[in-house]
Amino acid sequence: MSDAAAMTYREACKQAIRDALLADPKCFLMGEDVGRYGGCYAVTKGLLEEFGEERIRDTPLSESAYVGAGIGAAMAGMRPIVEIMTVNFSLLALDQIVNNAATIPHMSGGQFAVPLVIRMATGAGRRVAAQHSHSLEGWYAHIPGLRILAPAVIEDARWMLAAALADPNPVLIFEHVMLYNMEDALDPAVAEVDIAHAKCRRDGRDVTLIGYGNGLLKALAAADLLEADGIAAEVIDLRVLRPLDTATILASVAKTRRVVIVDEGWKSGSLAAEIGMRIAEDGFFDLDAPLRRVCGREVPMPYAPHLEDAALPQPADIAAAARGLVRGR
Amino acid sequence: MPALGADMEAGTLVEWLIKPGDRVKRGDVVAVVETQKGAIEVECFEAGIVSELVVPVGTKVAVGGVLAQIGESTAPPRPWPAAAPPSPKPGAAPAAAPPAPRAAVPVSPGTKVTPAARRRAAELGIDPALLTGTGVDGAVSLADVETAASSRPASPAPAKPRRTGFDSAEMRKAIAAAMARSKREIPHYYLSHTVDLGAALAWLEGFNAGQPVPQRLLPAALLLKASALALREVPQLNGTYADGAFRPGESVHPGWAISLRGGGLVAPAIRDADSRPLPDLMAAMRDLVQRARSGGLRSSELASATVTVTSLGERGAESVTGIIYPPQVAIIGFGTIATRPWVVDREVTPRPLVMVSLAADHRATDGHIGARLLTAIERLLQEPAKL
Repeated sequence: MSDAAAMTYREACKQAIRDALLADPKCFLMGEDVGRYGGCYAVTKGLLEEFGEERIRDTPLSESAYVGAGIGAAMAGMRPIVEIMTVNFSLLALDQIVNNAATIPHMSGGQFAVPLVIRMATGAGRRVAAQHSHSLEGWYAHIPGLRILAPAVIEDARWMLAAALADPNPVLIFEHVMLYNMEDALDPAVAEVDIAHAKCRRDGRDVTLIGYGNGLLKALAAADLLEADGIAAEVIDLRVLRPLDTATILASVAKTRRVVIVDEGWKSGSLAAEIGMRIAEDGFFDLDAPLRRVCGREVPMPYAPHLEDAALPQPADIAAAARGLVRGR
Repeated sequence: MPALGADMEAGTLVEWLIKPGDRVKRGDVVAVVETQKGAIEVECFEAGIVSELVVPVGTKVAVGGVLAQIGESTAPPRPWPAAAPPSPKPGAAPAAAPPAPRAAVPVSPGTKVTPAARRRAAELGIDPALLTGTGVDGAVSLADVETAASSRPASPAPAKPRRTGFDSAEMRKAIAAAMARSKREIPHYYLSHTVDLGAALAWLEGFNAGQPVPQRLLPAALLLKASALALREVPQLNGTYADGAFRPGESVHPGWAISLRGGGLVAPAIRDADSRPLPDLMAAMRDLVQRARSGGLRSSELASATVTVTSLGERGAESVTGIIYPPQVAIIGFGTIATRPWVVDREVTPRPLVMVSLAADHRATDGHIGARLLTAIERLLQEPAKL
């Protein structure tokens, strides 16, 4: 940290975990390589030394086992933070997350809460190929009983965890791998954020770009490109993928009447599809152009850098889609 | 063109209050029509978006003729009719004329219009199919509609035709036609009954004592309310007779006979008079009188009466023998209220009396039914607090 007011995304995640451990003795962290190794993305470096093995627990390589243990601990009154290395690996714990964590509060008639937080890395761009690079958070956003968060700015990385731990239901936080090194100023006046609403990150009148995670940063970069063309793009950060804040989206659509939805996930059955359909259902008469999506190409993520870049939405693609809507033919 | 009375055959359109693209709902006043009863505000009986004004101002239109087209809310409106020559009616085309080639149809059915542009065009009365689209895939976009709207020559505000008041000669003709038809077609029977208004006027005095002048009730309100409630009890006299059958009114909408200062008479309906509280009814009567005299009656008020009630008022005669307004089946008349000797408890005392009369259509009812109505009115007026 060169500047006292600036912080990396990685550091913000770490400070959030540290705060939680300091604030509540029932809170602990577990996951693969979170202790001695300091986390595969180095988020938890130094926490083992500070908090000890009781509270920073390295687990065996079994996502199903330790996510299940986290659910049990949460039901028993603890406040576990479970880290999964990447969303690809979380599929091994899909049964625990979907069949247990999301359903137990309901199945027990409210007798058991599951105040569990699962953090996991998601997304592509680090040249780690098709088993470590996918964006499957849209799948989890399909599941009632889960709250799905996607911090894309330092402030959210710093403060969403506390709100997630305060939620009596399971919350999944998706940290995009390309954001960990991002550094930005942190407003010292802010010490909490809501985990219910989308947020407008840039005002515009001509077209709305909707994104989350790294897609938000690409949308903001696209907005800069569009500004040079005299097009004022509004950029909406979804922040919360479930439940979706449809009202904020519709308010922006009513203003700009044109929408580009950015989603690094695959287009078919994507979160972008859900957002587009909600706009079609409830904002149809405000539209002055067809809905557009800029999504990941429908291939397993390539390893070669130029192919990986080509498989992902890029600011130029987003700007081109927006330009097409604003300028027409 | 609605029938604003049984005798009306045609009306002259004097003013449009809507334009293509406007959204209208049932009951909206859409036009002013000059009839024998003066300028009447015509209300719409459908909901939708006005797609075309068929008739220009100044045209005389027969009852039942088309004044305007109202389309589904999604249908694109047709252009303002003044801009284009009137298209010949389909039936008017010569039978031998060859079918017009498809290319002559100006509107391309495949025109793409964005939802926002379509909505805005409807608001502005612009046909989006006639615009050049610059949106995605050549679709007509909001900007295209706005551009067309701003480049459209600001149409000079059409000189508002003066709303004419009543033409008393025309009105005389209308009354003559209706009354002659009534006497020609309707076999009237007549009944009358004297009613003691002592209780009613005493109650009225007490009610009015605490009221500012504009809110005071006149005896006519009690008479109308009592008539309406009595008609609810004797529904055989509330309705219309046509094609050999009586059709009961769906509720009690008495036409209240109003004499006009320039001569002539109208009887616009006061809807649901039987269920309105007295102050409300009084306000409706005052409003009607004022609008009738200034020429602001609505089409529904002229077409929907199910019976007529007339009261001769303070300076009137003692009794009235009414003539039914077809196709209604009854007219109830109240003479002036006068203090006369009356026997109460075997003693002759001065009492305020009113002569209530009924003229009724003998095709629809018999005198026994009529008598029940008059005695019901008498009974209701003895308990004015319940009115």
